[in-house]
Amino acid sequence: MQWDIVIGLEIHVQLATKTKIFSGSSTAYGAEPNTQANAVDLAMPGTLPVPNENAFRYAVMFGLAVNAEIGRRSMFERKNYFYPDLPKGYQTTQLEQPIVGPGYVDVDLANGETKRVRIHHAHLEEDAGKSLHEDYHGMSGIDLNRAGTPLIEVVTEPDMNSAEEAVAFAKKLHSLVTSLGICDGDMSQGSMRFDVNISLKPKGSDQLGTRTETKNLNSFRFMEQAIAHEVERQMDILEDGGRIIQETRLYNGDRDESRSMRTKEEANDYRYFPCPDLLPVVIDDDFIEDARSRLPELPDARKARFKEQYGLNDYDAGLLSGDAKLAAFFEEAAAHGKDAKLAANWIQGEFSARLKAEDKSVAESPITGAQLGDLVVRIADNTVSSAGAKKVFEALWTGENDNVDAIIDAKGLKQVSDTGALEAMVDEVLAGMPDQVAQYQNEEDPKKRKKMLGGFMGPLMKASKGQGNPKLFNEILVKKLGG
Amino acid sequence: MHNKSVAELSRELESGKISSVELTRQFLDRLKQEDGKYNSFITITEEQALAEAKAADEMRAAGKATAWTGVPFAHKDIFCTNGVRTTCGSKMLENFVPPYDATVTARFRQAGAVCLGKTNMDEFAMGSSNESSYFGAVTNPWGLSSGQKRVPGGSSGGSAAAVAARLVPAATATDTGGSIRQPAALCGVTGLKPTYGRVSRYGMIAFASSLDQGGTIARSAEDNALMLNVMAGFDPKDSTSIDREVPDYTATLNEPLKGLKIGLPKEYFTDQLSPAMEEQVRNAVKEYEKLGATVKEVSLPNAKLAIAAYYVIAPAEASANLSRFDGVRYGYRCEDPKDLMDMYTRTRAEGFGAEVKRRILVGTYALSHGYYDAYYLKAQKVRRLIQQDFANAFKEVDVLMSPTSPSPAFIQGEKTNDPVTMYLEDIFTIAINLAGLPAMSVPAGFVDGLPVGLQIIGDYFAEARLLNAAHQFQQVTDWHQREPK
Repeated sequence: MQWDIVIGLEIHVQLATKTKIFSGSSTAYGAEPNTQANAVDLAMPGTLPVPNENAFRYAVMFGLAVNAEIGRRSMFERKNYFYPDLPKGYQTTQLEQPIVGPGYVDVDLANGETKRVRIHHAHLEEDAGKSLHEDYHGMSGIDLNRAGTPLIEVVTEPDMNSAEEAVAFAKKLHSLVTSLGICDGDMSQGSMRFDVNISLKPKGSDQLGTRTETKNLNSFRFMEQAIAHEVERQMDILEDGGRIIQETRLYNGDRDESRSMRTKEEANDYRYFPCPDLLPVVIDDDFIEDARSRLPELPDARKARFKEQYGLNDYDAGLLSGDAKLAAFFEEAAAHGKDAKLAANWIQGEFSARLKAEDKSVAESPITGAQLGDLVVRIADNTVSSAGAKKVFEALWTGENDNVDAIIDAKGLKQVSDTGALEAMVDEVLAGMPDQVAQYQNEEDPKKRKKMLGGFMGPLMKASKGQGNPKLFNEILVKKLGG
Repeated sequence: MHNKSVAELSRELESGKISSVELTRQFLDRLKQEDGKYNSFITITEEQALAEAKAADEMRAAGKATAWTGVPFAHKDIFCTNGVRTTCGSKMLENFVPPYDATVTARFRQAGAVCLGKTNMDEFAMGSSNESSYFGAVTNPWGLSSGQKRVPGGSSGGSAAAVAARLVPAATATDTGGSIRQPAALCGVTGLKPTYGRVSRYGMIAFASSLDQGGTIARSAEDNALMLNVMAGFDPKDSTSIDREVPDYTATLNEPLKGLKIGLPKEYFTDQLSPAMEEQVRNAVKEYEKLGATVKEVSLPNAKLAIAAYYVIAPAEASANLSRFDGVRYGYRCEDPKDLMDMYTRTRAEGFGAEVKRRILVGTYALSHGYYDAYYLKAQKVRRLIQQDFANAFKEVDVLMSPTSPSPAFIQGEKTNDPVTMYLEDIFTIAINLAGLPAMSVPAGFVDGLPVGLQIIGDYFAEARLLNAAHQFQQVTDWHQREPK
């Protein structure tokens, strides 16, 4: 049987406010446990929440960026459940009147199509703390530094029909919130966490199947794997004539396994009710216009500009415009390097590969866009060969030296581009390889001849101590050998 | 000295006839000697009080004294006091020492007042008789001479009893459904519950957040005004506190009452009220007529629904407010929990008393899936109707008057096994909290040797008018000065 896959996402986005949503504690990541938890975060008796205006501003900016209606009257509810890292015994969240209403995001897919994913709503809420289960001799440790960090929970309509679409949407959302500057986007630190709702239905049917929710996926790769895994699991059950149980599941990315966390029947009754400690927040026109004036260039506009301004193709422009920090890096490199296309190639090639190999973000890169731009200048003006340029890049990356020209000098990477000197070297090498010259000249297949040219390059580079301009050597060879 | 009011003590200190240290020592000695009879204090903070008194004397010497500098008083043990344990009348917080001050506490500290300790109360402010305190029941100073131990009312029973027994001239209190006014009435003292939002709730341990309001208990209206001068005002730490100018509440105490329009809600003068009680209240109203006020009957048609609505809303909020007492971060934790669930269930089963557990269960039920609309939402609708009733009444009159409680102080144990009868103690006070209005209880006579309270209800932010009305009444009566034997 053929199946349609139906996917909806819930995404928790940590807002990059300096302080928590209802207290003045810092939200900075990585501090010693419980050093960023004050009396309010610890839910000490008598303490009260005071809303952080910036969290509302960021949420409204998000709403504007996803073409959504802004909730003019924002209410908070208490969601009641007991857990050791939930200090008050309830989470302050929004249910009836969320700050962001229906909107949409357009996502470019690999096949060139554009997919519109509708946003059901997005609401503000507070994050919980963390339970630490290792290193406590069979007991659990509680770290409340994260408790009270502002989140927006973005809920989509079930508009995605494959893992690829879901991941493309997730990446687009990541690109949006980082471009807006409302989230640091660091998924390894939990700044964005995805819950995936998946169901299957017979191809073409308009009746939705029973869904499951896979919670807390914190990388695009795990998300893709988890969806593939869950689709396969459901398909096996359905094709064996079984039924899907509505449940929440946990996915283990390291083992590619999932297990049931709780079924619908076991689900908590959260006993939501309006939080009496917080009055409804009215969002007026001025507040919305202020938020609108703070919107930076968004990824779609940036992509169009990259095509226009730098002459990039759709693919390159899409890749470089998505991540705000990468886009800024590219623009800095392009400004210094004068050759935007070459800068784009280097960023997508050497630079990205190196970041990935060392598991670093753009922000953590040891080299700057300006440095890469300087290197691009030297490649473009033939001062260094591409092989030489890789050595310069390496020296920049390891911090051996921070000046491109100094590295070229110090390592002797400057190409010899003096045609007379190069011609003399070619003459000498060809004189020493008469058999190969004859062989080349007797070959009629141009493809094979081209390949045979490579046989002369090794000795030439050796003769020039690696500094001969390979492009010029090639031209001279062709001329001397006769076509 | 123990019979003097806050205003009088302030003048004594100002004249230099006595120092705050001397005054504080006198009050502490009397408190330690007498409170065995009443159990009105949970904690006496002798050392801190003497240090505060010393600082107050220095403050006065430096010319920085306020009306409160050096004057002894007490806090209800619901207000967090930095470095001093704050129990809320519960085993759950028996050893809880907050590292912060409630805003109310901080304001009295700033004014230079000397806190002698923390007064007893119903556990988590849930009760109308002060019998639900983990630290034992409080005994009303009235009626003791006849050998009967009567309740002081609740939940601010410790504050009311301490003020009535002249252990302190004034004490802070809180009122969620009548917890200032009913004990003030039963103990023959004067109490004020301000408009919701007038006094910060920060650091005041929450029972029902949308109803709780900090307020005052003292013997005279003037002392209540002096207290409110310290307590009232916007607090950025409490989002529900209201940013509105605070008048000097003592400035208008002597305004004449001529032309004051008094409304008597007919629903508050029914057969639930004994004829003897009603007579005392009507006599008090007659005094007001003598002062130039006019009186008419008004109607609060939905008042009869107040108790039912309250006992959905208050427990619902309490069920969430009390979830933080889970044994994880502070407060009581059961011995040797075998796992998380065991820790939660035993901590809360052992740490909370029966009335608190009853209300958590009621509130949890009212918020449960499938019941929310029928209980919580319905109760909120009733609440709006009650607010509307009062708004209509205040179109016709300036203040409303009624009895504070249906009967005088009852004997301890009399109603403990009948929660519903106990809940009816607040039948005349509860609607005011649902509406968020200010109201006072003023001593207005005796029935069988026990005090009767007159309730005066005002429109929003009409505290100055209420205090003025109470003060004028106290200029022509002496009920508030009667001392229990």
